[in-house]
Amino acid sequence: MTTAAIHAVPAEQLATVTFDATMEERIGELLTHYPTKRAALLPVLWLCQQRYGWIAPGVIEAVAARLGESPAFVQGVVTFYTMFYTSPPARYVLQVCETLSCAVCGGRELVEHLKAKLGIGFGEKTPDGTFQLVGVQCLGACGSAPVVQINDDYYEHLTIEKLDAVLDELAKGKEG
Amino acid sequence: MEPILLRARGVPNSRSLETYLSAGGYEGLKKALSMDPDAVTKEVLDSELRGRGGAGFPTGRKWTFVPRDHPGPKYLICNADESEPGTFKDREIIEYDPHLVLEGIAIASYAIRANTAYIYIRGEFVRWAGILEQAIAEARAHGILGRQVMGSDYHLDVWVHRGAGAYICGEETSLIESLEGKRGFPRLKPPFPAVVGVFGKPTVVNNVETLACVPSILTRGAGWFASIGRPRNTGPKLYCVSGHVRRPGVYELPMGVTFREIIEEHCGGIRDGHRLKAFFPGGSSAPVMTPDQLDVKADFDACAEAGSMLGSGGVIVLDDTVDMVEAAANLAHFYAHESCGQCTPCREGSDWAKDILDRILAGHGSPEDPQTLLRICTYASQGMTICPLGDAFALPISSIVKKFPGEFERHIAAATPRPPKKLPVLPWAGPRPGFDGQ
Repeated sequence: MTTAAIHAVPAEQLATVTFDATMEERIGELLTHYPTKRAALLPVLWLCQQRYGWIAPGVIEAVAARLGESPAFVQGVVTFYTMFYTSPPARYVLQVCETLSCAVCGGRELVEHLKAKLGIGFGEKTPDGTFQLVGVQCLGACGSAPVVQINDDYYEHLTIEKLDAVLDELAKGKEG
Repeated sequence: MEPILLRARGVPNSRSLETYLSAGGYEGLKKALSMDPDAVTKEVLDSELRGRGGAGFPTGRKWTFVPRDHPGPKYLICNADESEPGTFKDREIIEYDPHLVLEGIAIASYAIRANTAYIYIRGEFVRWAGILEQAIAEARAHGILGRQVMGSDYHLDVWVHRGAGAYICGEETSLIESLEGKRGFPRLKPPFPAVVGVFGKPTVVNNVETLACVPSILTRGAGWFASIGRPRNTGPKLYCVSGHVRRPGVYELPMGVTFREIIEEHCGGIRDGHRLKAFFPGGSSAPVMTPDQLDVKADFDACAEAGSMLGSGGVIVLDDTVDMVEAAANLAHFYAHESCGQCTPCREGSDWAKDILDRILAGHGSPEDPQTLLRICTYASQGMTICPLGDAFALPISSIVKKFPGEFERHIAAATPRPPKKLPVLPWAGPRPGFDGQ
């Protein structure tokens, strides 16, 4: 498994966002799934996060305008959920499960190891922008604890050695 | 027991439509389409199938609540938000047998006369959302879903809708709000979703495992399904076992096996050199159980009689290395993080419980702390909140306080007074762990 890297578009390029034809086409398709425009909000935000790497204020404005909502409403939704990045993420976001089954099966040791190895705490990025460490709640894979989600991919049955090998692989490849 | 829900696990290429059809797939849907929708509901009602998401409500009865002659659209939602700690069964079904889920969705939609179904899947499950989308595309291409379902005049569209990270969206009214494009704030009931659901229309929300039971009820009959387990607790059940057992994983067993059989026989017992200390029978929101309760049957009624609940069937096993105060603190962090913030008893209560437990662990507990925790739990449960998240945090924490008083006493006896707190000038302005404020 090779986890795809996140390429976050710099904030200054997202000050004003205009959706291109591809984005418009995909948004148009998503709107056919629902009887209201508002219901397409989460899928459209996912589409934007995939495209721009994160949900910048300019993206919120553009989504709000496209779906006929106020930017405040969209901002409220974006910040309610934990998975939308409201600042540019690192290329690989390490989401370590901290909930009970993982915690008692080696998850706590993984967290301590990652903090020491990368020299960062939760919410922080390594200076080169390769890794970001995030503590997350139950990932729904407790039978294969401890679990870390890296970007979109699950890494299960981890040990410190296995995780180190994964991180070394990701750090090596410029492209993931 | 012959596997029903996990029969595709280990079968090569099990996800493809071809494999599914060759194993008798979509026969249940074909049979349902030849029947009156109410007769389909009757069959599910007779099977005594109860919802596998946690509440254990009879599925057929839920379907009958949909007003039959309601003008305009009705909806079916498949709840694949699977986020109860200790639960990982729906992912297993989707991984190996996505068409089983789609067939269940199609039969349920037909029974309630819905022409649109949504699968609400948790945001982290990117891979499994993809598997479902691929299965839907395949089924559409073969005329199993879409304009004329299997050549009938019944029309059904199924869409996958990804959440974005919120435990609360597993609760059905919160899920509905989220599907409508809003924050996942639970709604007051009544009106129940069966009458006023998504987009204001009659809606049935069923769990993945529940829907996966439906095709075989149609092909093999309600009597066959009801013969598995015992009355009112029928059918196969997926038990997810995690924690300190030798072989954690998802086990399909007849409803009503004992926890002893699950933990000792199927999971190979507790890891070497250790003893069982406690287990959560049905996800972390169920009151904790102790080794003397191992012979309780793992079904809805027996767990309720034993003062706990079967919930989602997520069995979390803890051995003698676990400090139960730490376990309580871990769960308190979970619920404090996941409380949506609408109701004060839950929002503030879960946070207070977390702070008190953290303080005890930091060596600054005081003798009245256990009582304070129990009081907070009382205020957050028993109908004081819009949705069951209040109970979900109160039940496990209060049960740990009541069943393991010695562990609290040990921490508190060794405690030192808390050093005076330095109040920050702007307590709300600091960075918060997570994605924001960095």
